[in-house]
Amino acid sequence: MKVLARVGLTSCAGFLTGCSGVQSALDPHGPAGEELARLIWSFTALCTVIWLMVMGVLAVALVRRRRQAADPLETDVQSEHAASRAVLMAVVATGLVLVCLTVLSFFANRTLAGIGADAELTIEVTGYQWWWAVRYENSEPSRIVTTANEIHIPSGEPVRLVLKSQDVIHSFWVPALHGKLDLVPGVVNTLTLQADRNGTYRGQCAEYCGAQHAHMGVLVIAQPRVEFDAWYEAQLQNAAEPSSELARQGRDLFLNRPCVMCHKVQGTVAASNAGPELTHVASRKTLAAGTLSMSRGNLAAWIADPQSIKPGTRMPTMNLTGDELNAIVAYVETLK
Amino acid sequence: MSRADVMPERHGVRDDELEAEALRHWLAKTWDAPKGLVGALSSVDHKVIARRYLITAFVFLCLGGLNAVAMRVQLSGPERGLIGPDLYNQLFTMHGITMMFLFAVPIMQATGIYLVPLMVGTRNIAFPRLTAFSYWIYVSGGIFAWVSFALNIGPDVGWFGYVPLSGPEFGPGKRADVWAQMITYTEVSSLAVAVATIVTVFKQRAPGMSLDRIPLYVWAMLVTSFVIVFAMPAVMIASTFLILDRLVGTHIFNPVEGGDALLFQHLFWFFGHPEVYIIFLPATGMVSMIIPAFARRPVFGYLPLVLALISVGILSFGLWVHHMFTTGLPKLGASFFTASSMLIAIPNGLQIFCWLATLWEGRPILKTPLLFVLGFFFIFVAGGLTGVMLASVPLDLQVHDTYFVVAHFHYVLIGGAVFPLLGATYFWFPKLTGRMMSERLGRWHFWLAFVGFNAAFFPMHIVGLWGMPRRVYTYPVELGWGNINLFITAGALLFFFSFVLFTINLILSARNGKPAGDNPWDAGTLEWATSSPPPSYNFTKIPVVTHAEPLWAERWALPVAEGLRVDARELLISSVAEAHPEVREKSAAPSIWPFPAALAVGGTFIGSIFTPWAVVWGSVPIAITLVGWFWPKDVPEDVE
Repeated sequence: MKVLARVGLTSCAGFLTGCSGVQSALDPHGPAGEELARLIWSFTALCTVIWLMVMGVLAVALVRRRRQAADPLETDVQSEHAASRAVLMAVVATGLVLVCLTVLSFFANRTLAGIGADAELTIEVTGYQWWWAVRYENSEPSRIVTTANEIHIPSGEPVRLVLKSQDVIHSFWVPALHGKLDLVPGVVNTLTLQADRNGTYRGQCAEYCGAQHAHMGVLVIAQPRVEFDAWYEAQLQNAAEPSSELARQGRDLFLNRPCVMCHKVQGTVAASNAGPELTHVASRKTLAAGTLSMSRGNLAAWIADPQSIKPGTRMPTMNLTGDELNAIVAYVETLK
Repeated sequence: MSRADVMPERHGVRDDELEAEALRHWLAKTWDAPKGLVGALSSVDHKVIARRYLITAFVFLCLGGLNAVAMRVQLSGPERGLIGPDLYNQLFTMHGITMMFLFAVPIMQATGIYLVPLMVGTRNIAFPRLTAFSYWIYVSGGIFAWVSFALNIGPDVGWFGYVPLSGPEFGPGKRADVWAQMITYTEVSSLAVAVATIVTVFKQRAPGMSLDRIPLYVWAMLVTSFVIVFAMPAVMIASTFLILDRLVGTHIFNPVEGGDALLFQHLFWFFGHPEVYIIFLPATGMVSMIIPAFARRPVFGYLPLVLALISVGILSFGLWVHHMFTTGLPKLGASFFTASSMLIAIPNGLQIFCWLATLWEGRPILKTPLLFVLGFFFIFVAGGLTGVMLASVPLDLQVHDTYFVVAHFHYVLIGGAVFPLLGATYFWFPKLTGRMMSERLGRWHFWLAFVGFNAAFFPMHIVGLWGMPRRVYTYPVELGWGNINLFITAGALLFFFSFVLFTINLILSARNGKPAGDNPWDAGTLEWATSSPPPSYNFTKIPVVTHAEPLWAERWALPVAEGLRVDARELLISSVAEAHPEVREKSAAPSIWPFPAALAVGGTFIGSIFTPWAVVWGSVPIAITLVGWFWPKDVPEDVE
């Protein structure tokens, strides 16, 4: 019996947390996420107990034996009194449980507010339909890093996110690390993120923001400080000069086509902020805000016909010839 | 001239001077709706209007259900290409507004239009023409929204229509306008019914029905109507401001020009949260009527239940911010709303405990209506508890706008409102049609609905905690949400099928159900004192109430009040607290005018999507129809 129960419990827990750890609130990897998961479990436990008690009373009320009476108005004064007392006690108990839950909630909120008051790194995240612009603040303008849809952070350190929106309301949510916070035009919100373990944590926009709300993913990559610093230095570099002839052709096409109207490639004349920054796009894990994984094939598919992959995306389909597409893909692949 | 000076002259034919047969003949002649198409369009009988409302709302329920089925099929697996984002976003918006504005609120009000005048023992609802007007407004608003959807200009901004997504810059075309004006339609119609309900309850109760003898369902409709009166203007302001931003170029919600995007959310949720209680409170009234009838005893704790209704009504205005915990509001303010949101669980809990005590102390008979009430307990208590979870600011940060919330509010709205409503259908169907619904099909319906519902919505809690947000038309394979979503879809189809069975039961029973008689359940309130279905005049003589359960207290013959004219549409007006008879008043006669007035108002709403001048030109036909409507009649009114 005991064994059975244990098997049941573990498989249940596996069912609840295992399947989608990468974006699950039940599989936390940072202090805020852990505090929230604790809160979720304690509320769930208390609420389940209360629900079982109410159902128990209901079941007994239905099956218990009682004497028959012909007249519905005939009631027993004594048992009415007992029932009144029971109802009163139940109401008082409800009040106490609610006070208890409210206090739990307040303490959890205080813990969250206390995390990472000393954050060194400030990252501005701006929501666009349907991608995330990411900008690492620095007092030296030349050391500001801009990227998109992928946020690298040093593990074990709190990081301050400054959340803004360029168009409609979005909501930044990486469940394993923290709860969500909205990006509201005209409002600046801040959220402290901390990952205790190295890893890649997925999140996505949680406020309905139009046609491609479903494809507005974001990755938070937590890595050791040394790796993070190396990544940061790499991001500061200009785009590498393409080495192959095909890639050079691709660059020229890129710079002479509408691509430059929206994208920025540092070290070239492409300098627009309307779309995601591409200087090191090929080093990212995903394309089009988490819609596709990064690969040559996906890159080609995306550039050839973004509208069929992410209908409604702001990136137009550009009717490139096969050779042009090939060249541009070769160029973008060099943007590591 | 005071009453003491002159004895009023006796005009007309009175109900105390006629034999039973002649009395019914006179009453029928006076109160029956006129014949023909014009007659049908002119009807002001609350039962006729309510029946139209109920059938229309049921049609919208089916349409909203089909929306849901389409969405569930698309979500049954990851990266399915059955429905694209453009259609999907219209689908969930149409599902939301159809279920909230075209099904839930109207059907609750319609039930009230039918039952409240019967339960308080009067001949018609107060302001019957206004009630007829509200139906025409409601049905044209619904047709407007669905025709727009059919023309591929259905709203795609969600049922909440947040700016800036619905604003002029990011909501091109007319889709957001359709949303805003559909809201306006339903605001007007539900406000009209709310006013009529309040006045009926306050001034038209049968003699002796003092405040402590009002059936709990009537109390629930009264509180609901007050909540409507205070909540609807907020969303009316929101939708009107939005129309102004879109049409006239104001910048009320535009942060760049000093406007505020969050203002819209405050206005919307100041209405939006009470809206939930506008749907839920009438359902609690139904539960409070069904349980005593089947537990074979008066409801336990009448006074606490009334106080709970009133306090829920008031508290419902103090929790709107819990829909906005993730917008980054100041922490202290947000925490206040945690406490206030928790607080509303106390009166709701009190209601549950009183009903449990009624069942405990009673002798429950498990007929289909009570089965649905038991289903209500099972589902609603769970939904209420997840509601307590959502009230916590930090917890809400994780589950807000995920499938956990989708699960929560379907548990609350389907468990808390639709299950009681289905129980109420089995309970009052005999009164409406004179025939019983099939008990066998009813049980099948209940179990299918119960299993289907829980299979569809319970797993949503889990997938929400796994990180699945709401309002996404698809999801990636890697996240592992495929199997659970397939399971949810299967449950949803089962739930949908239960409604097919329900429809079959409705049709079969209306045709050849067992004849019901006046009071098939041996219930205690006044609607069971008249024939099934009731005649156009409801009661041959106005009953006098001596007890909260008049039919149980006066088993053999209900005392009646006499002296009303039967050759004119006279009602008895009584005092608010004690229900002492005060005056005899004429109820409005059938009139065609509410119909063209509704068309004129609706035309103005539609026109104002395209040009602000529609408001100016539309006021001309509106004025003409209103003049026709209120054209003075040369009859004396208010006879003491």
